[in-house]
Amino acid sequence: MRITCPHCGERDRREFYYQGDAVALARPAPDAGAQAWDDYLHNRDNPAGDTQDLWFHEAGCGAWIVVTRNTVTHAVADTKLAAMVKR
Amino acid sequence: MGYSGFRVIKEGLFGQKGWKPVWRDPDPKPEYDALIIGGGGHGLATAYYLAKEHGLTNIAVLEKGYIGGGNVGRNTTIVRANYFLPGNSEFYSYSLKLWEGMEQDLNYNVMHSQRGLINLFHSDGQRDAFARRGNAMINQGDDAVLLDTAGVRKILPYLDFENGRFPIYGGLYHPRGGTARHDAVAWGYARGADRRGVDIIQNCEVTGIDVEGGVVTGVQTTRGAIRAGKVGIVVAGRSGQVAAMAGMRLPIESHVLQAFVTEGLKPCIDHVVSFGMGHFYISQSDKGGLVFGGDLDFYASYAARGNLPMKEHVMEAAMTLMPMIGKARVLRSWGGIMDMTPDGSPIIDKTPVDGLFLDCGWCYGGFKAVPGSGFSFAHLMATGRHHEPAAGFRLDRFRDGVGLMDEEGTGSQHNLH
Repeated sequence: MRITCPHCGERDRREFYYQGDAVALARPAPDAGAQAWDDYLHNRDNPAGDTQDLWFHEAGCGAWIVVTRNTVTHAVADTKLAAMVKR
Repeated sequence: MGYSGFRVIKEGLFGQKGWKPVWRDPDPKPEYDALIIGGGGHGLATAYYLAKEHGLTNIAVLEKGYIGGGNVGRNTTIVRANYFLPGNSEFYSYSLKLWEGMEQDLNYNVMHSQRGLINLFHSDGQRDAFARRGNAMINQGDDAVLLDTAGVRKILPYLDFENGRFPIYGGLYHPRGGTARHDAVAWGYARGADRRGVDIIQNCEVTGIDVEGGVVTGVQTTRGAIRAGKVGIVVAGRSGQVAAMAGMRLPIESHVLQAFVTEGLKPCIDHVVSFGMGHFYISQSDKGGLVFGGDLDFYASYAARGNLPMKEHVMEAAMTLMPMIGKARVLRSWGGIMDMTPDGSPIIDKTPVDGLFLDCGWCYGGFKAVPGSGFSFAHLMATGRHHEPAAGFRLDRFRDGVGLMDEEGTGSQHNLH
């Protein structure tokens, strides 16, 4: 599997650390309640198909990247800097 | 028809023509008392114990593929009860006791081989941790022996004891641990359930779950609608999709775990050996193949195949632990879909929908749990009460933070197990 870093171009999967679902970018307010925090921390759509997850270019430029990826084929469709998605 | 040594000899004399299929292939009826979604090891065991222990025989197992075609036929077959935490410890202890009576109970040879399992350690700190784990196992009523280097060398002489990075200080020996023939476990439970009247319906994919007023009323399948007042979801890696049919999101992320087998060799590895520092474990099948595996690839996946980095890592770990393995040739490798929970422990619980039950989250350790999970899930579905050894596997422990069972001690978060 190869992932295209927006800064560095297409790189080997070994250079990246996998954080998990990109829900990590949508942190609820501190007082959002138990259900919102449970959904953020634990519950997942867990799709068989296209998903968006968060990878860290650990052995490269250090960017956090939102990767649109197919969980059935491992094909990477799109990558964006998390900083741009979050904005 | 039962199995016996006499029967094997008789069939041998008459050209093996007397063997018949051991379960029927019925069409689904329009209504059952209970439905099990998923005909894997856990689903078949659930059906078997529902029929045997609770007299529920008007039930069906719905399998989208064929019996033995999912994770129950793709795992590395290890059976053990060496858990540490309350909640896990008593459950796996109970499950191992069911394993020990399984062949007599099912009248089916599952080739359960209690050849012993050794978890290696490589530092003083690790020795302390394993001594503590061993004491927990003994307190639970199971068996554990702390071996020093000489003790390990006596039974596993082929390891690289003087390894520069991971010298072997000893191992925690669990004599009742071992392996079993995984397909036979599925077949044995399928046969046992079928003989008690359970319909095992293959090539029947569930496409919807019918819920009316918060109560489950049945399911939609590729072979028509089926009504039932109780429905159990036991679908491992596909738990997220099936639960979504009832409007639920689960604390589960599906990951790929790879395994490997070599060409058949003469007997050389007599135990199950686990090398935690390399996330590597190995045993030898009765056909002679060395069966081994490593850790998750660590990204969400339904591909049922992995990538090269983890393959390399597993081979490197194998060579670090036992250089002799370099002479063996890998025959094949494959990947399975693991239903990973945040704390690495499973879920056997009711759901917010009345009559709908959930058995999932077995992560990469579901095989040894097959009998225990089936027994406990059947108990919950039949009586509405949690079976005591599995009472800790609650769905709400993540939301409330009470009763989390983080066996590895790494934290309750999706990417840590």
